[in-house]
Amino acid sequence: MAHSATHPTWLQHHFSDAHQQRESSKLGMWIFLVTEILFFGGLFCAYAIYHAWNPEIFHAAHKALDWRLGGLNTIVLITSSLTMALAIRSLQVNRVRVASGYLWATFLLAATFMVVKYFEYSHKFHVGQLPGKYYTYTGIEGTNPHIFFSIYFVMTGLHGLHVLIGMGVILWLIVRNRKNHFSAQYYNPVEMTGLYWHLVDLIWIYLFPLLYLVG
Amino acid sequence: MPIRNYLMVALALLVLTVITVGVAQVDFGPWNLVVAMLVATAKGTLVALFFMHLFYDNKLYGAFFSGALVFLGVFVIITMFDTMRRDDLYMEVGRPIREAAVIYGDDGMPLKKNSHADHGDHDPAEEGH
Repeated sequence: MAHSATHPTWLQHHFSDAHQQRESSKLGMWIFLVTEILFFGGLFCAYAIYHAWNPEIFHAAHKALDWRLGGLNTIVLITSSLTMALAIRSLQVNRVRVASGYLWATFLLAATFMVVKYFEYSHKFHVGQLPGKYYTYTGIEGTNPHIFFSIYFVMTGLHGLHVLIGMGVILWLIVRNRKNHFSAQYYNPVEMTGLYWHLVDLIWIYLFPLLYLVG
Repeated sequence: MPIRNYLMVALALLVLTVITVGVAQVDFGPWNLVVAMLVATAKGTLVALFFMHLFYDNKLYGAFFSGALVFLGVFVIITMFDTMRRDDLYMEVGRPIREAAVIYGDDGMPLKKNSHADHGDHDPAEEGH
């Protein structure tokens, strides 16, 4: 069957209408987010076990993290979640240029998060607060504080990787939005990226108190 | 959802962040973790309901999300039961089902007389009638 003039290019053949396409995308995205939760869940479980086994180590070692930098990054990520939500909202009311502005803001806030993370990481590399056998720091009382840093680096590292991937996808959205691919009728990729981005924010909301505050 | 609602949610999240940092300065002892997780869960709920639109969307998505969290809870709790109580299990010393029973070794001789047998209530030779 040939394309009819009323058939928009963004509506794929196997969907009967835009609503069905959108609902299907969202269902698929939520299932992906479920796998992400269970993926990070393994690490949260590891954190729970090692924290319960070594409460003194966690308490002594968490003081080596600067809660002001962690708090700054929390504010940065929450703000980026807001700009992402506002980008989607702008498309819903067909303000395409404004949406691009919000996407750029989200991208730059994500970059800010990674820059702060870079300074935190480079400081820890410098003083030797590293996982396992690479741990050379001597300023923390008690045995085996490297256990805390193993968990710190794996959890924040995996989270940081998600932020980097998110930045790449947001850049792709900015390019597509420049080409006028999105409108109030069709903004599925932006909405799905938004769901992913909010989940990354959600995970950081738990990582921040667990690593920087409670220890 | 009007812009104002998004701004209100973001403001609530920032206030809760300040609260998390604030209450971390107070020592609640073992409740520190509980308080921190309660505030984080309040923030997470706001993000999921409003930024991720679960409050307005098809409830099926929320069911998937909640299902994942339930599985995560089961996963962590059951693992903690094991890792925290493992030593208790090993400290438990097995006791004979019949206190007075005598256990024989490969050579047919009693391995060890237990305290009840020492009192002479049972002669090992009379067992097995």
